[in-house]
Parts: sequence; structure tokens; C-alpha cells
Amino acid sequence: MIATPAAEFSTDKGATRPVLMDLKNITLRFGGVVAIKDISFDIREGEIRAIIGPNGAGKSSMLNVISGFYVPQQGEIWFEGQKRPPMKPYQVARLGLARTFQNIALFDGMSVLDNIMTGRLNKMKSSLFSQALWWGPAEREEVENRAQVEKIIDFLEIQNIRKTPVGRLPYGLKKRVELARALAAEPRILLLDEPMAGMNVEEKEDMCRFILDVNDEFGTTIVLIEHDMGVVMDLSDRVVVMDYGRKIGDGTPDEVRANPEVISAYLGVAHE
Amino acid sequence: MIYREAGDFKTSYRDDGQTFPIRLDRWGYYALLGVAFLVVPFVIDSYWANAVLVPFLIYAIAAIGLNILTGYAGQVSLGTGGFMAVGAYSVYKLMTAFPGVPIFVHILLAGAITAVVGMLFGLPSLRIKGFYLAVATLAAQFFLVWLFNKVPWFYNYSASGQINAPERTVFGWAVTGPATSAPAKYLTCLVFAVVLAWIARNLTRGMVGRKWMAIRDMDIAAEIIGVNPLTAKLSAFAVSSFFVGIAGALLFSVYLGAAEASEAFGINKSFLVLFMIIIGGLGSIFGSFAGAAFLVLLPVLLKNLLVVRLGWPTDLAAHLELMIVGGLIIFFLIVEPHGLARLWRLTKEKLRLWPFPH
Ligand SMILES: Nc1ncnc2c1ncn2[C@@H]1O[C@H](COP(=O)(O)OP(=O)(O)OP(=O)(O)O)[C@@H](O)[C@H]1O
Ligand SMILES: [Mg+2]
Repeated sequence: MIATPAAEFSTDKGATRPVLMDLKNITLRFGGVVAIKDISFDIREGEIRAIIGPNGAGKSSMLNVISGFYVPQQGEIWFEGQKRPPMKPYQVARLGLARTFQNIALFDGMSVLDNIMTGRLNKMKSSLFSQALWWGPAEREEVENRAQVEKIIDFLEIQNIRKTPVGRLPYGLKKRVELARALAAEPRILLLDEPMAGMNVEEKEDMCRFILDVNDEFGTTIVLIEHDMGVVMDLSDRVVVMDYGRKIGDGTPDEVRANPEVISAYLGVAHE
Repeated sequence: MIYREAGDFKTSYRDDGQTFPIRLDRWGYYALLGVAFLVVPFVIDSYWANAVLVPFLIYAIAAIGLNILTGYAGQVSLGTGGFMAVGAYSVYKLMTAFPGVPIFVHILLAGAITAVVGMLFGLPSLRIKGFYLAVATLAAQFFLVWLFNKVPWFYNYSASGQINAPERTVFGWAVTGPATSAPAKYLTCLVFAVVLAWIARNLTRGMVGRKWMAIRDMDIAAEIIGVNPLTAKLSAFAVSSFFVGIAGALLFSVYLGAAEASEAFGINKSFLVLFMIIIGGLGSIFGSFAGAAFLVLLPVLLKNLLVVRLGWPTDLAAHLELMIVGGLIIFFLIVEPHGLARLWRLTKEKLRLWPFPH
């Protein structure tokens, strides 16, 4: 269990805030495999919403549905009170969704700085033509956005690796850079797929602190997939529990912990 | 003056993003430009222009173009020769149809036409990648050359099937046609090379360049974080083809003066430019120049050394050249994919820390 001041934040954020995204009856199949079976849950403004479940439960698939990478066979996604039409992933990104990946997906040939700057692509509007000539608006935009990115670099304490090619970084730092790239987009919803997997205790503590700070300081809504139960119970306001593509629990950490189905399906067999 | 960053602090993000962060580099670069514009034109003779400098500048433009597509955006192309042909035949048709319009405008328009053609042939890249895309661009190469040979309208129904560049002047100087002087050829190509290199540098350090590299490094993640693959790939094809088209237009109108599609723009050209960026360095503007210089100079040097000095037969020297180039390609592909540009940077890094490497 990691000691964080999370308990103070785990107020009833989930129950009182307006719904930001509502997932209704999502079903996703890959051929014969049913990865997600008729799942519904909502994500409320400003909360940290965890998705937990054993390996292969369908958590990453759920995130991929939310970010538009997988198209569910059934179900609706409502965002800010409107039904989301079928969209390409880059269009979903424009709505204000940013994410990290279970298997780090950074751009290895680029520097840390350029990776994070890429996260701001929807904030930068200057045309190909003005970028080609690097005149007024293009240069101004570049400098302004660089200033924003520097704030994130300071926030995540990665100043000294700014110019390092990402491919050369150790695993833990890569995860942090990936978070930075997602934060650079100033997302409405931040989707984190196992941000602490494979980290040592110290790195995990740092990552917990960053996630809480992001939620607290910027009010960013966060959807978090995580296997470490201690982390989940500490950080999240509400938890969805998945097992074999089904939803078997949904509620505050305490409620979920007390749910017998969850205990038998997941908590009992956890720590694998 | 020491080669250092120390004492040369960047006080703004603007300065931090500049092309040559080290002051000595910047001065060296300005000095080079000064010599290129103010000294060389007065001393250049037709041997240096035709054997070395003009082809170097033209191929540098083509190499930058291909590097944008392949080195930055990660889309392989074997169609460079075909796209150069589009530039050449476009400028020819424009020159002969609108003799009153300045030649620089025609060359730029030829680039624009090639950009459109490149985008069309880039459409398959939305579906296929790697080897299959290379084959698709190879098909473009053969199709375009076949087209320019087959349809007489493209060569204005000339009996020889060749296209010949009529004389066009800039400020009273002939820059195309048989009467063009060595300095005029050189300066024309130099202006294009410098301006286009500057544009390429701007694009690759800005958001367009980041989108290209994101697609190159991990296309799925790029799309999920917001890169539209359609516009990113097609803009790379367009910009790349614009450069390659201008190189083709210059090669025909300023350098060769006459051309025939399969001879001047065959598959050999595609490979030559590809080898330039592999040897020079994928994803580097400097590397494009280095690779072009290397492959333009190598045959000249070998000829001077082996044939003129040592009296070797010409074909033997030519074979040796092929072997050297082949060996280098393998070396760079396996050992140093970032080419001469990387070797140069490593040298500079050593120099920056010298004499205390730790
Ligand atoms: N692209 C795909 N094609 C076919 N099957 C897939 C695909 N993606 C996921 N699946 C299947 O869907 C199921 C759910 O996978 P998913 O990756 O969502 O699980 P997860 O909960 O994230 O597991 P883990 O904790 O191991 O990351 C698995 O049975 C998996 O094999
Ligand atoms: Mg997963």
C-alpha cells in the first residue's frame, strides 16, 4: 500500500458531479471473442475513474473504444450530453481525449521535447505555408506552445532529459514522458492504461503524486487502468470492475471492495 | 574562438529552437553562404559547374525532397526519377506554351504540378506501407516514364522524342538554353537549393515535421494522439514531390538542356537519390547535401585519380565505383542508418567536449 494523501480527495466527487461521458451497452467482439459484453458506465467531470479486472478482462479494449480506435458492434458513447457519431481516433483526440498506452507508444526517433510538443498538435493551427516560411504566426505559435510544454516538463520534473532522444530513456522515464505528451494536449479526459506497470516503488509513488496533482490542479478527469489494488483504492473516486468482458462491479473503492462477486472473481485471485 | 555552447546561453525558446545553436556553427554557415554567393560565381568555370557544383545542387534538392518523404515521414519511394520527369516535362510544356512568363515562375509551377502528381501516387500509402508501398511507387516510376515517351503531346511532337530547353533569361542573363554561362547555371541552382533547404528546415522543425515523424515512428499511436494520417502522409508526398519536381525541372532546363524520359529519369535516378539519403543520413537536411556531394564527387574523383592519373581503363573505374557505393550502402544501412550526418555530428560532439571528454 502506498502512502498518499488520497483519502482526502476521495470525497463524493463521483456521485455529485455532472456526467462527462456516458458509455451505454457497449459490446465489442473480435471474431468469436467477446472482449466487452454489454457494459455501461459513466465518467463524471473531475473524477478519477478506475477500471480494474484480471488479465484479458477487456480493460484496454474499453479504453480503445473510448479513444475511437476500436469500433464497438453495439452501444453508444455520449460525450457532454451528446451522442458521439462514429469517429476516427484523431477526431476523438480533438474532442479533448488524450491517453497513454499499456505498451509505451512514444516516437522513438524524436527528442523528449518533440514528443511532448507533438501532444499539442491540436493547439497549433498555423498553415503549412506559414510554417514553411517560419514567419510571424508560425514562429509565435511555436514559442507560445513551447512555453506551455516547459510548464509540463517542470511539473513532471524531466527538465534534464528535454533534448534526449526518447529511444535512449529507461522504462520509467518513458512512461513519464508519455504522460507528459498526453498532458500537453490539455485533455478533458485523460486515459491512462497501466501507468505504473513495471515500475519500482519509488517510481510508482512519483506517478501517483503526478496523477493526483493533475486531477487536483487542472481538474482533469482521469480514467485509470491499474493492477496494483493499493494504488487503485488510494487514487480513485469510483471503480469499474471487469471480468471476462462483463462488468461485475461499479462504485466507490469501499463499495467495490465489499462486493462479493468482485471478491470471488478478482480480489481473491489477484496478486498473480 | 572555441567550439562551445558555454557562454552562449539561450535566453528564449525562440533562440533555443534555432538551426545552429552553436555560434561557431552559425558563423561557419554564414561564411559558407557568403563564399557560395559572392566568390564562387566569379571563379567557377564550366568544368566545375557541369561536373560538380550544378549536379550537386540539383541532386541535393532532390535528396531533400526524398528525405522528407522517406527519412522524415517514413514512406519509402522508388518513384523519384518519375517525379523528376514530371517536373522536367511540366517546365518544358510551360516554357513552350507561355514564353512570356519568367522562368522562375515556371520552375515553381513545375514543382507545384509534381506535388499534385505526387499526392495522387501517394494515395496508396493510406492503405499500404513498407515493401508494398515501395512497389507501388516503383509502378509510378515506370508508368510516368512510359507516359512521357508514349504521348507525343508531352514532347511537343518533336521527331527525336526529346525535349529541348529554349533560351530563357533572368535580368538579361540566359539561365536556360545552349548559351547559358557556368555562373548563371550555378547561381540559379544555388538560389533554389538554399531557399528550398531553408523551407525544408522550417517544415521539419515545426508541427508538420513532428506529425511526419510521428507517423514514421508509430503510426497508430500518432493517429490516436490526433495526427490525421491522411493529411500527414499526403502533405509529405506533396512537399517531397514539390522538391523533387523542381530538381527535375532544373536538371532538364538548366543543366542538361535536352532530355529523353527513359534516359534522364529512369529507375537509376530513383536509386541514385535513394542512395544519397542513405549515405548522407535519413531524416537530415545536412545529410541530403552530404549524400548528394558524396555521390556526385565520387565518380569525378575516381575518374581523375584512376583514369587520368593511373591510366586505368574507364570501365574498370566505373565498376570500382559501383562496388564502393554498394559497400557503403550496406555499411550505412547496417552500421549507421543516420549516415554521414550522424558521423559529422558525433565528430562535433567530441569536439564540443574536447579536450576534457568527461
Ligand atoms: N485486436 C485484437 N484482436 C483480437 N482479439 C483482441 C484484440 N484486442 C484484444 N483482444 C482480446 O480481447 C480480450 C481483452 O483484451 P484486453 O487487452 O482488453 O484485456 P485487458 O483487460 O487490458 O488485459 P491486460 O490486463 O492483460 O492488459 C482478450 O481476450 C484479448 O485477447
Ligand atoms: Mg490491457
